[in-house]
Amino acid sequence: MTFTRLLAAALAASVSALTASPAFAASTKFEFWYGLSGDLGERVQEMCKRFNDSQNEYEIVCVGHDTYEATLQNTIAAFRANKQPAIAQIYDGGTLDLMLSGAYVPARELMEKNGHQIDWSNYFSGIASYYSTSQGELLSFPFNSSTAMIYYNTDALKKVGFEGLPETWEEVEQVARAMKGAGYDCPIAFDPTGVWQWFEQFSAIHNQPIATKGNGYEGLDAEVVFNKTKFVDQLTWLKKLHDEGLLVHKSKATGETSNAAFVNAKCQIVSSSIADHGTFAKQAVEGMNWEVAMLPIWAGTERKNSLVGGASLWTLKGKSDEEYKGAAAFYNFIAQPDQVEWWSTVTGYIPVTNTGFQAMKAKGFYDKAPYKGRELAIESLTYTPPTEYTRGIRLGNFTAIRKEMGDTIQQVLFQNVPVQEALDGAAERSNAVLRRFEKTYQGAQLN
Amino acid sequence: MERRAYYRNRLLPWLLIAPQLILIFVFFYWPASQALYWAFTLEQAWGGGNVWVGFDNFRQVFGDARYWNTVMRSGLYALAATGISMTLALVLALFVDRSLRGTKIFQDVYIWPYAIAAPAAGVAFRFIFSPEAGLVGTLNGMWPGIWNPATNGAHALLMVIVCHAWLGIGYNFIFFLAALQMIPRSMFEAGAMDGAGPARRMIDLQLPLIAPTTFFLLIMNIISSFTDSFGLIDVMTEGGPVGSTEVMVYKIYFDGFRGLDYSGAAAQSIVLMLLVMALTFVQFKWIERRIHYA
Repeated sequence: MTFTRLLAAALAASVSALTASPAFAASTKFEFWYGLSGDLGERVQEMCKRFNDSQNEYEIVCVGHDTYEATLQNTIAAFRANKQPAIAQIYDGGTLDLMLSGAYVPARELMEKNGHQIDWSNYFSGIASYYSTSQGELLSFPFNSSTAMIYYNTDALKKVGFEGLPETWEEVEQVARAMKGAGYDCPIAFDPTGVWQWFEQFSAIHNQPIATKGNGYEGLDAEVVFNKTKFVDQLTWLKKLHDEGLLVHKSKATGETSNAAFVNAKCQIVSSSIADHGTFAKQAVEGMNWEVAMLPIWAGTERKNSLVGGASLWTLKGKSDEEYKGAAAFYNFIAQPDQVEWWSTVTGYIPVTNTGFQAMKAKGFYDKAPYKGRELAIESLTYTPPTEYTRGIRLGNFTAIRKEMGDTIQQVLFQNVPVQEALDGAAERSNAVLRRFEKTYQGAQLN
Repeated sequence: MERRAYYRNRLLPWLLIAPQLILIFVFFYWPASQALYWAFTLEQAWGGGNVWVGFDNFRQVFGDARYWNTVMRSGLYALAATGISMTLALVLALFVDRSLRGTKIFQDVYIWPYAIAAPAAGVAFRFIFSPEAGLVGTLNGMWPGIWNPATNGAHALLMVIVCHAWLGIGYNFIFFLAALQMIPRSMFEAGAMDGAGPARRMIDLQLPLIAPTTFFLLIMNIISSFTDSFGLIDVMTEGGPVGSTEVMVYKIYFDGFRGLDYSGAAAQSIVLMLLVMALTFVQFKWIERRIHYA
């Protein structure tokens, strides 16, 4: 009984599949794997649908893998089994591994071969440099780009009588102390795993090296030097604020993330990606006033551009010409001004090209809430032309180094390990990771 | 009396066990041999090639003080989780075996935790033990800072061990209960007639008679705490804070899949495999001798 019913259902399904297929017969299917989830993941699906609806030659199949790391792991596993997608979204930390793998088709080659004209100089140089060879050839397409910002609860600032927004760390310390005095339990929310904003971005805008050889751009024999830069003082300062209760640990492990603490108005200052701008607008409690600003610098320091975060789209080797045609058409589609604007509007990610940004600016997109403030991310990214230490970070197995830094910050803050000792240890272990990486790819040339 | 069946056809027995052999080969021997090969090379993450490095990977693993910490931690984890889980399961089984009121219900209820997937339990326990939002977190309301697995490594490790032990109780409980119920009632009644109270009967009769089961559970628990702790730790602490819940199997995952150091992870896997084999061997060799199979 059940069996016959199942059989009937299966038959019905296959019949409908048969009748439905002619509609797709003409289109080439190709896959795109991405690592965004939740609201952002749905926006990616929507983008795919827009592409599919816009033409009928190709059909993109978009598969979500929840996180950047899972996407990278699954893509590697698939690549080794020759089942890779045509396009994969790979995060900043996985860039060098992929670059050396030779597993990709360079962006320029792909577009030229398929007859698309791209003005490569149109990309913001600070964004392009992260995903380019040291000669400046873009290898992957910047996709969801962001940078780190700082968010202030302006109600709290008003209460302690601060005019405008703090622009230096001195001012941040001053308002945090005043907030504490005014009865706020948590002036600054701090997530020690936020290595990207608290360490990498700090180093960039203060023009501090993370590693020798131009942060690794000039060779695999680079060594980390973060235990000898201004970051030592910065971590000492963070420790001081933590001990005074001005900086409060908020993370997944404590039960409330730093972003959640900010939108619930429990914490008054948080540092996070510009991509969260839209989420904050949606989630902030009724009546709470807040604003976004560029990351503060120390007084007397010359500000440099911040680093681009997020991920880029890599075209993987081993697919058919037809699929590459489709991939190229997809890249071309998402670079169209109306698509750029739609993507930036619904997500908070920034436009990656100058014309994209200018078009949105001319339309008055950034003039009023809820999008006002997002232009500051572009200002931060393009503040100066990229320097040796602000064009990006090109270190092997960078995820392992990020973890070392996250552990180091926790050791200092929570276990009272002396700053210099903790950073020296992290540098030693990070360099061991780099030497191992160098040996794994011995003979490989960084281009 | 020994009974044996013989096959006249020499091919048939092989064909009969072939499905099992193929499964074992594909899912165990083949990956294990691959890991063995990687352990002696430096493997590129994307599969572009590798270089032979001999014992370098092992030298590096053994030369890393942090690695030894994870080994010690894994040992502590295994002992504590096994100890807690088996003791509680045995106590519960002894009570259920005594046919107290409500036994039938408890018999079923105690098994439930085993049916819960580790990550699901991890999420629940993370909430229960969360320092700010959780149930145990209310302790912090009374004594601020007394419980904080987010920053205190000992708290975090305790939290994971408790959860692991809790998950294993159901499994251990069924085996203990079955073993207890297999003890002939007559033996028990004889003891009672000779004037042995419940406690005496437990020590002199029940525990020795279920020793084979205890031994079996000991091996299974220790192996499982070495190899199955991954899901739980990944959900609850991700090895943190500062690596204080990083056990051997979690370090393998992190170095291999997140750090993309496939070779280092392969070398660690080999070490873990040898360790588990050695432990099992020791247990059979030394402990089994003292056990009397009824």
